[in-house]
Amino acid sequence: MIPSKAGAGQRVMKEVLEQLQRCHWINHDIFGVHLAMQEALVNAIKHGNRLDTRKQVHVICRMSPELVRIEIADEGSGFDPSKVPDPTDPEHLEHPSGRGIVLMRNFMSRIEYNDVGNCVTLEKSRAPAE
Amino acid sequence: MAGYRRLEVNDVGDVTVVRFRDQKILDDLNIQELGQELFQLVETENRTKLLLSFSGVDFLSSSALGKLITLDKKVKANAGVLKLCQIRPEIYEVFAITRLNRLFDIKDDEADALAAF
Repeated sequence: MIPSKAGAGQRVMKEVLEQLQRCHWINHDIFGVHLAMQEALVNAIKHGNRLDTRKQVHVICRMSPELVRIEIADEGSGFDPSKVPDPTDPEHLEHPSGRGIVLMRNFMSRIEYNDVGNCVTLEKSRAPAE
Repeated sequence: MAGYRRLEVNDVGDVTVVRFRDQKILDDLNIQELGQELFQLVETENRTKLLLSFSGVDFLSSSALGKLITLDKKVKANAGVLKLCQIRPEIYEVFAITRLNRLFDIKDDEADALAAF
């Protein structure tokens, strides 16, 4: 569990990334997991828990040498990810926010929200060695 | 010149070249501070030709992208020019996925970028 404040979650992220390095994942995929996890944590803290320090973010990581699965849950009321505007739409291109989910989808093998929208599962399968 | 905590600012002719002191631009508090320093260059110091060099930056979150977009608007409002350079491939991929490579003028290296002003 991590508190809902800026910068929280870096320790757990560091552990995940170090484990990926030990298993010799390629740098591109380590970068992708790092970015997706960072975006999901910020979303949980900022949007899910609205920076309410009374609320926690729950993180569960499961790893094998070939797969990493990270569940990040906030204590907020959830949202509908399908209603988030497409940030690549020219109409939204210059909005200062709203890109986290697109980045998560592109860098991970799979992302899935629960029905309520307050828990996201990020999954990345290891790429073949270069 | 004002001291900057998050930026290294130098002048090359009439172009302001900005480098980032942080290798990883991800912490929200640092990003807020970084944004304020970038905006100060335009709004307080009236710099109109800005080159942001990402050499040494190996991570960038979407919150930082937001600051760059706001900076771009401020530069344009001042009739200025903003260019970016030396973005490593994974970070360029972030710009490409979000289509921001169409918004920003991104050059491979500093020399190319300076020549393009």
